Amino acid sequence: MTVAFERPSETPSLDKVGPVLVATGIAVLLLAAILLAAWLTGASGLASDLQARLQPPSFQHLFGTDMFGRDVLARTIKGLALSFRIGFLAAGISVIIATCLAIVAASGSRLADSIVSLLTDMTMGLPHLVLLILISFALGGGTTAVVIAVAVTHWPRLTRILRAEILQVRNADYVAVSRNFGKSRWFIARHHILPHLIPQMIVGFVLLFPHAILHEAGLTFLGFGLEPGKPAIGILLSESMRYLMAGKWWLGLFPGFLLLVAVLCFDVIGNGLRALTDPRGGRS
Amino acid sequence: MGSWTAFVLVRLVRLALVLAGVAAVAFLLAKFSPVDPIDAYLGPDIARVGPEQRALIAEKWGLDQPAGVQFVKWFSRILTGDLGWSVTYNAPVADVISERFRSSVVLMGLAWVFSGVIGFSLGIWAGARPGSWSDRVIRLYAYILAATPTFWIAILLLIVFSVGLRWTPVCCAAPIGLLPEDVTLLQRLHHLLLPLVGLSILGIAQIALHTRVKMIEIMQSDFVLYARAQGGTTLDIILHHGVRNTALPAITVLFASLGELFGGSILAETVFSYPGLGSATIEAGIRGDVPLLLAITLMTTLFVSVGNTIADVLYHVADPRISSASETWRGVAE
Repeated sequence: MTVAFERPSETPSLDKVGPVLVATGIAVLLLAAILLAAWLTGASGLASDLQARLQPPSFQHLFGTDMFGRDVLARTIKGLALSFRIGFLAAGISVIIATCLAIVAASGSRLADSIVSLLTDMTMGLPHLVLLILISFALGGGTTAVVIAVAVTHWPRLTRILRAEILQVRNADYVAVSRNFGKSRWFIARHHILPHLIPQMIVGFVLLFPHAILHEAGLTFLGFGLEPGKPAIGILLSESMRYLMAGKWWLGLFPGFLLLVAVLCFDVIGNGLRALTDPRGGRS
Repeated sequence: MGSWTAFVLVRLVRLALVLAGVAAVAFLLAKFSPVDPIDAYLGPDIARVGPEQRALIAEKWGLDQPAGVQFVKWFSRILTGDLGWSVTYNAPVADVISERFRSSVVLMGLAWVFSGVIGFSLGIWAGARPGSWSDRVIRLYAYILAATPTFWIAILLLIVFSVGLRWTPVCCAAPIGLLPEDVTLLQRLHHLLLPLVGLSILGIAQIALHTRVKMIEIMQSDFVLYARAQGGTTLDIILHHGVRNTALPAITVLFASLGELFGGSILAETVFSYPGLGSATIEAGIRGDVPLLLAITLMTTLFVSVGNTIADVLYHVADPRISSASETWRGVAE
């Protein structure tokens, strides 16, 4: 979004820590489930059992089974694992891109600043999904294409925040004093500016992560993402579309719900972290 | 700060630059794609076409020339209004887009208005009494929806209303097997309902959150305190101070969210098989229909960038201290 909106000042207080702790707890549970699933269910959970095709949720299969008799819970957790890995990579690359561009933009050259600003406008002027489709089309789909597509579309907001941060710190009195004492540009960058950037980068990463997961799922759902054989959430949901008319609701409900829970958790954690690093709560 | 005309002029030049930049990047991306345009064109006939014929097609389309020349030719043709030929729909791209746009614009326009009106009202309601239970419910709703995948909402709506309750049709923009001229307005609305609800639900969340924040700010302002001191009731204050002051920021957000609206419509149209611009985008991407994909990219960029520009101008009107978005960020930081 091109326009920034100020938020009223709010200070971090105890009643706001509650949701963050709950979210962290659920996130840890999800991560544990993903790690456990790697060796607990192993192949057995994903193995097809044609006798138990399309069974509604039961104690044996909490999320029911799909058209090949595979456990939907196991596939969903596998899907989340895939999503997390892609989201982690994409958000990480996005943060790196944002940092580099912010440094270039704030380097002092007006030309560089306007080029970065034009790039930002271009990325924001295209609907995310259209750009994602284009990039994924250009790279021929697959995991790498999704990671690159999501990474390349998510940097603009963070770039603006980091750029503002650099400009603010650079004009601060203590940096001027440091400069007057004859400290080199490198010293100032290393000791005065970087410590201010790192918290913003971490918050940016945690906030980008759920977005990256959402976009990966959307892209995969539309058929531009991961290959159909993989148990990604987007693929589970697009497969479920074929069985909805037959009343197999569990195929559509549960994978999406777990995705929602994961995204919500990281969103809450990210916002909590932001409130911690920026008590004014000034940036959205 | 410069005069108004200068401000708008700078925005327009920027818009033109953005469009040209997107055209170049999109063209490069399409060239970069491993999908061969001739293969995509031939489809199943691929086995019957020899290398000589392929060379002929390539020559006719100008594919044998360097990419730079191709780009200049393509771009100048776009500027004269010739968008090319869509292989997928076997029709000129301009016709496909205008036809698809007509069914999409109803969906997106209505969703846009609904999410604006409902989101604004909810935001005012929540922001008038921060911390009350209605505020908590609205905030919870908005936060959860902000994290929900659009297509999953659409699938849930389909499960509940089309499959479970059988209230709404399962797909498309009209009953299957009817000629377009026989479809009544009621049938159209019936088919539009579910995609519309799906698309609006998500838009509402964002507008509500922004309006709420703005409203809280206003309720804490000096002029509201003064109005209270004069004996104004809460309803009075909300209507005369709240609504007036939050309307412009809300409209600004609404214009700035056009990109998300289009993204949402791609997903919603896919789930409901609604024949709009969004599903045409998917078709074009999957079948490698490059002219259509590029034209849609340019059109949506124009659409969204104009929205962003309007939002920028409105933001300027709403708060004359800020001359552009980039300075807002500086302002926040200082």
